[in-house]
Amino acid sequence: MEQKDMKKTPAIVISDVKKHYKLGQIGGGTLQADLQSWWAKKRGKEDPNVKIGQEDRARLVGQSFLALNGINLTVYKGEAVGIIGGNGAGKSTLLKLLSRVTAPTEGQIEIYGRVVSMLEVGTGFNAEMTGRENIYMNGAILGMSKSEIDAKMEDIIEFSEVRDFIDTPVKRYSSGMYVKLAFSVAAHLDSEIMIMDEVLAVGDMAFQKKCLDKMRSAANEEGRTVLYVSHNMNTIRQLCDRCIVLEAGKVVFDGDTSPAIEKYLGSERDLSIVNDCNYERNSEHHLCGDILVTSVAYMNKDFPVFETGEKIKLSVTYNAKKVFNDMAFRMSILTTDGMVIGQATSSPAVTTKLGENTTVLELNVDWLAPGKYGIKLVAYMVNEYGGNMNLDVVDMACVFEKSQSGNNGMAWNHEWWGNISFPEIQIVE
Amino acid sequence: MENKHYTLITAEHKFLDLKLKEVWKYRDLIVLFTKRYFTVQYKQTVLGPAWLFLNPIISSLIYCFIFGGIAGMGTDGIPQILFYMSGNAIWGYFSSCLNNNANTFKSNAHVFGKVYFPRLTVPISNVFASVIKFGIQMILTVAFLVFYCIKGDVHPNWWALCFLPVILIELGLMGMGLGIIISSLTTKYRDLSVLVGFGVQLWMYITPIVYPLSQSGDSWYKYILLINPVTAPVELFRYALLGQGTVQLPYIIFSVVFTMVVTILGIMIFNKVEKTFMDTV
Repeated sequence: MEQKDMKKTPAIVISDVKKHYKLGQIGGGTLQADLQSWWAKKRGKEDPNVKIGQEDRARLVGQSFLALNGINLTVYKGEAVGIIGGNGAGKSTLLKLLSRVTAPTEGQIEIYGRVVSMLEVGTGFNAEMTGRENIYMNGAILGMSKSEIDAKMEDIIEFSEVRDFIDTPVKRYSSGMYVKLAFSVAAHLDSEIMIMDEVLAVGDMAFQKKCLDKMRSAANEEGRTVLYVSHNMNTIRQLCDRCIVLEAGKVVFDGDTSPAIEKYLGSERDLSIVNDCNYERNSEHHLCGDILVTSVAYMNKDFPVFETGEKIKLSVTYNAKKVFNDMAFRMSILTTDGMVIGQATSSPAVTTKLGENTTVLELNVDWLAPGKYGIKLVAYMVNEYGGNMNLDVVDMACVFEKSQSGNNGMAWNHEWWGNISFPEIQIVE
Repeated sequence: MENKHYTLITAEHKFLDLKLKEVWKYRDLIVLFTKRYFTVQYKQTVLGPAWLFLNPIISSLIYCFIFGGIAGMGTDGIPQILFYMSGNAIWGYFSSCLNNNANTFKSNAHVFGKVYFPRLTVPISNVFASVIKFGIQMILTVAFLVFYCIKGDVHPNWWALCFLPVILIELGLMGMGLGIIISSLTTKYRDLSVLVGFGVQLWMYITPIVYPLSQSGDSWYKYILLINPVTAPVELFRYALLGQGTVQLPYIIFSVVFTMVVTILGIMIFNKVEKTFMDTV
């Protein structure tokens, strides 16, 4: 790694950067509140403006919160670097520091080259002004001179696909057109470094792809440096050749994209390999309590990320107080927001012994669209009248991710495309 | 290449660095901001920029009615409408420099929070917009002036008119300096923006706008007017344009020094606040 670095020229060097945020104190906002706090402190009383319930957490230092806790990072010219991490890991703070919206509390950042940052789509767009006027405005805000914008105007309009509306006030634009125009301006700036924060989350599929292609060619062919933050692992995978995982304000992984994504997904609590199911069951299920699932674990997996063609193998451990000869399992697949997509059942062929049992279940999820899902696991039996009786219900037994494959490189859009990816359409004639 | 665009971001802040070089690099942005001020203001209005004329003429007429008519205040022998029009223009210029800048951070938080450019471009463009507004208002004032000159009622001091740019720069900088100090403080204390609203209005009454300085006689409250740093440039303006006004060198020097201090201090505070204001605003 080091030898490789020697040949490259650095674009961004971040050394020991920390960022504190004050807590509670700014809540007041008025001079009166500040005086109140000060007066209360003077008399040794409790500050009336501190919010209740701010217990000390690991990253709380006195009254401040460390959003970034000592970041060291060097990004080289021509790299496309993805930054991933859970909510509150410090991704946005890092981008804010890099785009100079706010300053670090400690440490320093060296930037070699002009930076164009898109922390939001269409910053500085004014609804009353026309598309063309806004191109000038946005370009100037991002640091371009008028002559530079003039030179690029045609390219920008062409790329944005909104030529017919370019002299119409942007308040009449659809949100898609707005995004297209905004991205076009940023993408065409003469900058050495591009900073993007999930701007691709909007716009139609075709345009998303166009944007990704543009950013990739910016990195690969034009030698520009791209920093990209997203929660969408698919776009990260498509765009970035290096990936940084942030956790609690620190870099916990820095390297190739695939292991970085696995590290990130694995570190998310809900994507763990083994799930402890020893919790109070929802009383609505009216369970007899004869079967109690104690743990659900993925087999032969380091991270519960599955590709098409791969089967989910679950090892279910449970305690039986009675012997059943015809117990069955049922799995409901849910989206992360709790919507049931479908269900699969097993044959009623499980025979239990008293005490601890382990059954291995296998589920084919080939048709499942890329994305994150949960499994609700039910152990049940068919009684003598042919009815089902639930023995145990584990509401969120485990969570997994179906990874992207095929699909012509387009990121799966659940909102429009649903959650099932049918087998490829055959062209028969 | 690398040297041309090298940026070092640290926690330290050089208090004396006014960063004017960077502002110069973004001069195109200042022009665009200034243009935007007008395009946005008068889009979808029937009368459009005509408001720039209507506004001062209506308020001048009301001043004529209240201060000239009902209160019977003198105007140093200058025709009332001309006296109030010119006063209105110059005060309007100063107050718009101050008012428009007093909320720089708050009203631009959404842009400032997303992208970096020298923040000082915003107040500077506000001053330019105010200059243009002043210029447009002056067209009308000059029309009245020409009329009364021909009539022989007014005798401008033509030589003193060459001070006009100086007066504009001074008042513009003073307004901007005070405005950005207030806007820097309002990022933390919102109270100030409330104060500014009526504070500027009250300020007009301790400035010889609707009455000449000579009207105050020799009583003690004349000194309140003289300590007011806006008084000297306003009187100089009136002396040049209308041929009447109390111009005293010490007060002009005081006013200029005050402006310089306020401007430099303002830019220093502004540059300090702009680094981290996003965390508090």
